[in-house]
Amino acid sequence: MKEKVIKILTEIRPEFDFNEENTGFITKGMLDSFDIISIVSDIEENFDIAIDGAKILPENFDSIDAILNLVENTNVQD
Amino acid sequence: MKLSFNNKRISGILSVLPENEVRFLDEIDNYNFSEKQSIKLGKIMGYGTQRIVDSKTTVSDLCVFGMNYLFDNQLLDKKSIGAVVLCTQSPDYFLPATSNVISGRLALGEDVISMDINQGCAGFEVGLMQAFMLLNTGSIDKVVLLNADVLSQKVSINDRNSRPLVGDGATITIIENSKDDDDIEMFIKMDGTSALSLQIPAGGFKLPSTLETAALTKDDSGNFRSLDHLVMKGDAVFNFVQTKVPAMIQEMFDTLKIDKSYFDYYLFHQPNKFMLEKLAEKMKIPYEKMPNNISQKYGNGSGITVPLNVCENIGENALTNSYKVCFGGFGVGLTWSLIKWKLAKLEFCKIINY
Repeated sequence: MKEKVIKILTEIRPEFDFNEENTGFITKGMLDSFDIISIVSDIEENFDIAIDGAKILPENFDSIDAILNLVENTNVQD
Repeated sequence: MKLSFNNKRISGILSVLPENEVRFLDEIDNYNFSEKQSIKLGKIMGYGTQRIVDSKTTVSDLCVFGMNYLFDNQLLDKKSIGAVVLCTQSPDYFLPATSNVISGRLALGEDVISMDINQGCAGFEVGLMQAFMLLNTGSIDKVVLLNADVLSQKVSINDRNSRPLVGDGATITIIENSKDDDDIEMFIKMDGTSALSLQIPAGGFKLPSTLETAALTKDDSGNFRSLDHLVMKGDAVFNFVQTKVPAMIQEMFDTLKIDKSYFDYYLFHQPNKFMLEKLAEKMKIPYEKMPNNISQKYGNGSGITVPLNVCENIGENALTNSYKVCFGGFGVGLTWSLIKWKLAKLEFCKIINY
């Protein structure tokens, strides 16, 4: 799952090495709100889940662990 | 805040859109991102085509054009108008009120009340609220609600977060007293503590436009805009819509003792495809009941999107049928509002080009 998430992030922001830098994505300005939307779309497609709009918050996309936590806590689509 | 009204009807809606169409794909080189990244985001957000005015066309031009169309086609009698309410964020002047300018250009006469309201994405609902209150005076039988904006003039062409979303246009909604005693239930909230989440920083008295405020600077994401341009805290606005609007919908269901199946249509403001899809998904409202094609086809024209939604997605069916509708607007202010109402046997409901 982690590899998949890193692949998604790298496709959206290829200028960063998400294996090396795995936290502070928002605070360091590596991702913006429109990147988050692209990430949500890719995650939903790759993991067959629907992320609750209310959980699309910067803090849930600030690190690899935060994103993994969001994916793990989102139910598989009915 | 919950407000109740009755004995009112919408008798017609006309949408006026600039003929000039801009395609996202034609402007993709303006943005400081790879084509692949932009196309990907465009598909998710629904970046498609937008109607954009030329630099000389103003809100009053669009409104006067539409009003004259109604007069010329005997769809509206000038003498029947008691008030003109204009909701806009892009007035012709700081002063006078643009509604006065429109009233003058149309020679509506001295007994017609004109007023501007500075509201955006919830401007249709706020405008209806004002129209209802004017009708409740008993001295006015017909109010013309104008929603109009030309905000493309205040968006940087190098801002991929805003430029592909914006649309210009005007809508004219006629609201009048009626014997129909169906209750109109309105829910409205405003959060001024987040007022600057969506703003044009310069150009008002707080920070007048200067050469310095007009200088383009690069933001953290790679977009170029100046202080004279519209800017949005995207994550804050998105989260506001995804938390406050569903809560208000639920409040409406609970208060009125109805459920989501009650409405034939949820005619909501359409900021972008993704945001509305997420809203429908969260509320488990079928996509066919919540049309989501306006921002992709015409751009997000702020307060015009809801009445334009009616013209685009119900259109002439509104002339003969009756629909239970929920109007919804949310955005700048921050302001969010829902109105439970009925659309029945309108006298006109169409889109014309300017």
